[in-house]
Amino acid sequence: MKVLYFAWLRERLNRASDDINLPDDITTLTELVAWLRANDEALDLAMDNPKQFKLSRNARIVSWDTAITDDDTIAILPPMTGG
Amino acid sequence: MIVISSLPFDPGKLLHDFQSDHPDAGAAVTFTGMVRSTKDRPISALILECYPELAENEIAAIRTAAVDRFSLIDAAIVHRYGRLVPGEPIMQVMTLASHRQAAFDGAQFLMDYLKTDAPFWKQEETEAGTAWVEAKAADDAARERWT
Repeated sequence: MKVLYFAWLRERLNRASDDINLPDDITTLTELVAWLRANDEALDLAMDNPKQFKLSRNARIVSWDTAITDDDTIAILPPMTGG
Repeated sequence: MIVISSLPFDPGKLLHDFQSDHPDAGAAVTFTGMVRSTKDRPISALILECYPELAENEIAAIRTAAVDRFSLIDAAIVHRYGRLVPGEPIMQVMTLASHRQAAFDGAQFLMDYLKTDAPFWKQEETEAGTAWVEAKAADDAARERWT
């Protein structure tokens, strides 16, 4: 699985993406974010207000309860400021 | 039409091309967002980060929703990313409808959704360095009124 980070989240982590092997017991985005935060202190701190982030799965914004697989590309998206 | 690009665009030419071949349209509305630098808040540039694949998909979905909801004849969105200097256009939304209210509402709807749901992030470049632009609660409120 690929996990992408954008904008100030990318800067705070000092990297734009991670390649991870998804553990079998992680089946939703909510579980994935919890697992990523538990294994990365910088990400945990950066996401201390988690609900401000949107998540995408394979380049579509989806809800946090969406099911995921190891083949997916996930992105963690800070509040957007386009327009 | 949806264009997500780092290249500059000519707002007038975009509108001209968009309006052509639509004799059934009675109203056209255009909004152009520009990079702004003021005396109180001078910036040297705005740097836009983008997730292009997601932007294409989300903007396409927002455009379809606007066309359906307001019975638009057509709608177009152009959005840039990269480093832009004051005075440059950042993005343009254009709508065509039979009558003005639908064209105005469609453009407003598109703008409100683009502000909160299109994956772009702005960074202001000043003499002091660069800083990420914070999302505004007012933009969320503007989007919520359509739900």
